[in-house]
Amino acid sequence: MNLTLKVWRQKDASSQGYLETIEAKDINQYMSFLEMLDVVNEHLIVEGKEPISFESDCREGICGACSCAINGKPHGGHKGTTTCQLHMRYFKDGDTIVIEPWRSRAFPVIKDLIVDRSAFDRIIQAGGYISVNTGGAHDANSIPVSKEIAETAMDAAACIGCGACVASCKNGSAMLFVAAKVSHLNLLPQGKPEKDYRVKNMVTQMDEEGFGNCTNIGSCAEVCPKEVDLKFIAKMNRDYGLAILKGESRHKPDTISIQAELSELPID
Amino acid sequence: MKLDAKIPSGPLELKWDKHRSDLKLIAPANKRKCDVIIVGTGLAGASAAASLGELGYNVKVFCFQDSPRRAHSVAAQGGINAAKNYQNDGDSIYRLFYDTIKGGDFRSREANVFRLAQLSLNIIDQCVAQGVPFARDYGGLLDNRSFGGAQVSRTFYARGQTGQQLLLGAYQSMMRQVAHGRVKLYPRTDMLDLVLINGHAKGIIVRDLITGEISSVAGDAVILATGGYSNVFFLSTNAKGCNVSAIYRAYKKGALFANPCFTQIHPTCIPVSGDYQSKLTLMSESLRNDGRIWVPKKPGDTRHPNDIPEDERDYFLERKYPSYGNLAPRDIASRAAKEVCDEERGVGPGGRGVYLDFSEAIKRLGKRKISERYGNLFEMYERITGENGYEQPMRIYPAPHYTMGGLWVDYNLMSNIPGLFVLGEANFSDHGANRLGASALMQGLADGYFIIPYTIGHYFATAKEPKSSVNNPEFKKAEKDVVNMIKKLLSVKGKRSAVSFHKELGRVMWDNVGMTRSRQSLETALKRVPEIRDEFWQNVIVSGVNETLNQDLENTIRIADFLEFAELLALDALEREESCGGHFRVEYQENGEAKRNDEQFAYVAAWEYQGIGNKPILHKEPLYYEYVQMATRSYKSMTDLL
Ligand SMILES: Cc1cc2nc3c(=O)[nH]c(=O)nc-3n(C[C@H](O)[C@H](O)[C@H](O)COP(=O)(O)OP(=O)(O)OC[C@H]3O[C@@H](n4cnc5c(N)ncnc54)[C@H](O)[C@@H]3O)c2cc1C
Ligand code: FES
Repeated sequence: MNLTLKVWRQKDASSQGYLETIEAKDINQYMSFLEMLDVVNEHLIVEGKEPISFESDCREGICGACSCAINGKPHGGHKGTTTCQLHMRYFKDGDTIVIEPWRSRAFPVIKDLIVDRSAFDRIIQAGGYISVNTGGAHDANSIPVSKEIAETAMDAAACIGCGACVASCKNGSAMLFVAAKVSHLNLLPQGKPEKDYRVKNMVTQMDEEGFGNCTNIGSCAEVCPKEVDLKFIAKMNRDYGLAILKGESRHKPDTISIQAELSELPID
Repeated sequence: MKLDAKIPSGPLELKWDKHRSDLKLIAPANKRKCDVIIVGTGLAGASAAASLGELGYNVKVFCFQDSPRRAHSVAAQGGINAAKNYQNDGDSIYRLFYDTIKGGDFRSREANVFRLAQLSLNIIDQCVAQGVPFARDYGGLLDNRSFGGAQVSRTFYARGQTGQQLLLGAYQSMMRQVAHGRVKLYPRTDMLDLVLINGHAKGIIVRDLITGEISSVAGDAVILATGGYSNVFFLSTNAKGCNVSAIYRAYKKGALFANPCFTQIHPTCIPVSGDYQSKLTLMSESLRNDGRIWVPKKPGDTRHPNDIPEDERDYFLERKYPSYGNLAPRDIASRAAKEVCDEERGVGPGGRGVYLDFSEAIKRLGKRKISERYGNLFEMYERITGENGYEQPMRIYPAPHYTMGGLWVDYNLMSNIPGLFVLGEANFSDHGANRLGASALMQGLADGYFIIPYTIGHYFATAKEPKSSVNNPEFKKAEKDVVNMIKKLLSVKGKRSAVSFHKELGRVMWDNVGMTRSRQSLETALKRVPEIRDEFWQNVIVSGVNETLNQDLENTIRIADFLEFAELLALDALEREESCGGHFRVEYQENGEAKRNDEQFAYVAAWEYQGIGNKPILHKEPLYYEYVQMATRSYKSMTDLL
């Protein structure tokens, strides 16, 4: 089949972008969407033109690298599917496809379809972990976790950090991403001791990164390729409310680890 | 060059304990003064970064993805082994050790593998403490599944996303150290060279993938955890970005490359559908727990699989390997599939596929149980093929998947270059000629959490090398070499895309150096690879310039390295005149089974670079077996149970 692509081209973060029309010829329905872009790019390269920059790595829906909105829908809008898993059988000869980067204040465009999602890493850094040093952990079976809790935590932990939730939200909110991590860790007994700090720190960081507010529209969960449920946002709101009630101020992570602290003592 | 593996003396079970107490320590105050460079944020790199950060080292971590959480470890599906014996089915450290040595076809070091089996216990404890949501049973305890090459259930899993969950555990621990200021992250950065000063690894040259800037990074030790090189075959189960560049550049700087020909072909991948294909998708081997593999007995049978009656089906793995059946090790299962397809009994378009059938398991356990275990894999299969695996058997075919070979390291995971450590899939250490399922994750985490924190301290405590600075002429020279290489690539301005060369290379490697190899096929590869490389340097076209985000350039640099490295791989395969593990030479077989040659080839082949196109020098590290007998690796009989 032959397709007309309207692709967002933008030289770098400080340049103006525009939609460029590119013809995609001899595309077959067994190709994945990114393989279609590979084919287009190979033509562009050989013709001495600039290929389309887009992000991908695993190409099996788990690394979260691939992004782009296809005809306005993050990842193309098929249930539980990332862009790299989308196949061309969903398109037909003569279709026009508009391909754009994630659009959100907190995800500035770097080039063409590539955006900067490092805000997500900084949110994790603010508290998306359990403070346990290597070594010295108890036997793994010493803390039983009910199957139900383990499964629910896994549902939340399935998030791949792609950012589709942010891209789909008209407010550019990152609530689903943050709620997924908060819920994964706060649900488990191992994560309980830091529950309050975690939720407060992560939410504060989210706000500082310029993500918008959540107005409970639910478009995030609709486009989430891992089908992370909206209920986790409700859970996070509860955890957050409780943490605020308890009144602790934002907890700064102990800026030096225990080992390093020891090293402040005179030794030798 | 004399290769010293530095294996500690003493009884097998006590070697690591003894070694740990012999290793020199470094005072906490001094750790702060040591700069450690880590390239790679997969399981190996991220776990090392977290642990070394906790100890107080200054760590700099590099990866080419936009976030460390996307390292290719994220894609591992099936699980991670540990000799916990929670199932009370007779597992033990010794049994995991023996399974791994035997699975590796007696081409790995006893001491390393035993340590790996010991540390497997700590890994699970550590991961659970971090909040990795492993599968659990109704009593709330950890659940296990079995995997190829083992008769016990020792594989821990988190649905079909074990790698993702383990990686997130390591990544989160690392991010905690970023918050503490102990670890500094450099994503979207490619390592393009290693810098030695006074013979020690003292830094790297990197390219910023957004600006194209080439710069030097100085440190007191360099850790490479850059993953495997299966993409030398172009089509593999690895992510698009997986490459050999980091370890190959280190090889060019004098690090020995060990057993490059030990590559693993995975039996359960979705078959190739066309030449536009960019990668192959793995279906976790854990599917072989409940799926039965078969082809029609009759060649050229085109009936729908559900219409082929039981007695006209050949469950060839169950028939040939009754004790392991569908769980026969990967290399064996892969070759058996190729064999039946060569007999024209393969299924699906092109006849390059075999069935993986769940109908019996669904009858026995119910669809719900099966979907609980493998739901996301069934979905993935349907998304790609448009077929429903619950209603008709899946089609699978082998694909390149994992590379046992890698940079040579001693028991301390240090290469022959002092101060250069290599972890995870990038080293050659523990899997011999074939890796068992669910053991790579185990090895990556053992290396990063539990080995490097001890051994790197010993290096710092004993080497006492002066600090290096990026103003050292060695850095300037290496930077210049990288800049010139990039200029050269951009100036060719030929007619063919780099990817077209990669595909051509991949076909040559798959046809001649793939699942089966012969003197003739290897000589063909050794002739073709330099020809492709020559044409590449005369006819490649790379778009754009260096000073910008340029994915075509990134990729072309990696392909240039594959085009050199492929020759080394083929050469190693040619020199190893035996069949063992993933390396199958048609000349060396007995009744269709691989024939090892322990008298002549029970060694690690470690190659020393001598310049492009020149034959590298082969160094041999002999392998000694004190505790296990080098048995023929038979998976046929029920008595083969040790
Ligand atoms: C599809 C699939 C499924 C698998 N399933 C299992 C399983 O179920 N169980 C199991 O035990 N094993 C499994 N494996 C194998 C296992 O996942 C890998 O061997 C292991 O994760 C490798 O980890 P690593 O840390 O060594 O490298 P990787 O996770 O590959 O990480 C490499 C890192 O190095 C960086 N890097 C590479 N080159 C450069 C460079 N030049 N410059 C800068 N950075 C660089 C990358 O950015 C990345 O961060 C599977 C593998 C695949 C492909
Ligand atoms: S490329 Fe990894 S999720 Fe799409």
